[in-house]
Amino acid sequence: MKARVTVMPKAAVLDPQGVAIRNTLHHLGLPGASAVRAGKVLEIELEPASDDRSALEAKLRELCRDFLSNPVIEDFQLEIVD
Amino acid sequence: MSPPDFPTQLELSLPQLAGRRLPRFAVIQFPGSNCDQDCLRSLRDDCGYAAEYVWHQESSLAGFDAIVVPGGFSYGDYLRCGAMARHSPVMRSVSAAAAAGVPVIGICNGFQILCEAGLLPGALIRNRSLHFVCAPVTLRVESVDSPFTSQCYPGQLLTLPVAHGEGCFHAEPETLRVLEENHQVLLRYVDPLTGEPTEASNPNGSAANIAGLCNAGRNVFGLMPHPDRAAHARLGSEDGKLIFAAMAEQVVGMVGGRRPPGALAKG
Repeated sequence: MKARVTVMPKAAVLDPQGVAIRNTLHHLGLPGASAVRAGKVLEIELEPASDDRSALEAKLRELCRDFLSNPVIEDFQLEIVD
Repeated sequence: MSPPDFPTQLELSLPQLAGRRLPRFAVIQFPGSNCDQDCLRSLRDDCGYAAEYVWHQESSLAGFDAIVVPGGFSYGDYLRCGAMARHSPVMRSVSAAAAAGVPVIGICNGFQILCEAGLLPGALIRNRSLHFVCAPVTLRVESVDSPFTSQCYPGQLLTLPVAHGEGCFHAEPETLRVLEENHQVLLRYVDPLTGEPTEASNPNGSAANIAGLCNAGRNVFGLMPHPDRAAHARLGSEDGKLIFAAMAEQVVGMVGGRRPPGALAKG
């Protein structure tokens, strides 16, 4: 069992990395790249599925909010990948 | 032969500690802290206070009057700056001490840790320029109503060095409004000649040129510049001493103050 957490800077937060990547895409022949946002993906391997899947998902969601992302500047998306 | 140490104007004007007990500072050490020694040395040798390291696995801060969360790259800045350190055991005691009114200062990575811990609002993100900035900056004291700036005069310009890649202060517009309204912004990056905040004098793109701010209770302070690297004339500036002196004055010099010294003694 695996969880995949995608963490992205909030739309209102300046993302200078994304801007730098966009500019380089322009240099490398992709003038149509109008915006890039740079975030991160975390893959968490989990012990074989526990019985209480909803409790596990609630715990993961709590940790996404309190540790894996910073709600001041980031949004997260949690997926359970089997 | 080393040059003699003449007392400077600053030393002569500092509140006299004679006859009072020494303030006792805790300097928290995380794996990856690298300004812990700067903090300890400047507090002990340049300011003459008592200071001890406290390893991040410790759970007690008993007997300390004030807490310093130093700069560095705690846990290699993995995930986000300060994200791991904020969950270290000692941070529970730091939070408890902060709630009890003990002065807590977070410098650079320490500022990032205090924001991550929710002891200060906002967050510090990648410098707008993407460059690591290492340079002296000019700061304007925006409020002297705090145990960190009480030894400065309003509008005083300080010179302290910055050294960071992720010091761009970000907060929601509503948070920024409240910070300004409550005079929680204590230091702002300004032009050294005009004393005004400008884009050119903002080393990292921080919102409203904010270099340092305190919590609503005014006893938790975070700043990107390093007072610990500017506490001796030979380092180019000793303005950092003013900040440490204000903390010392708060904890041992209080006359009818809000909190008796040693209030942490119970642990």
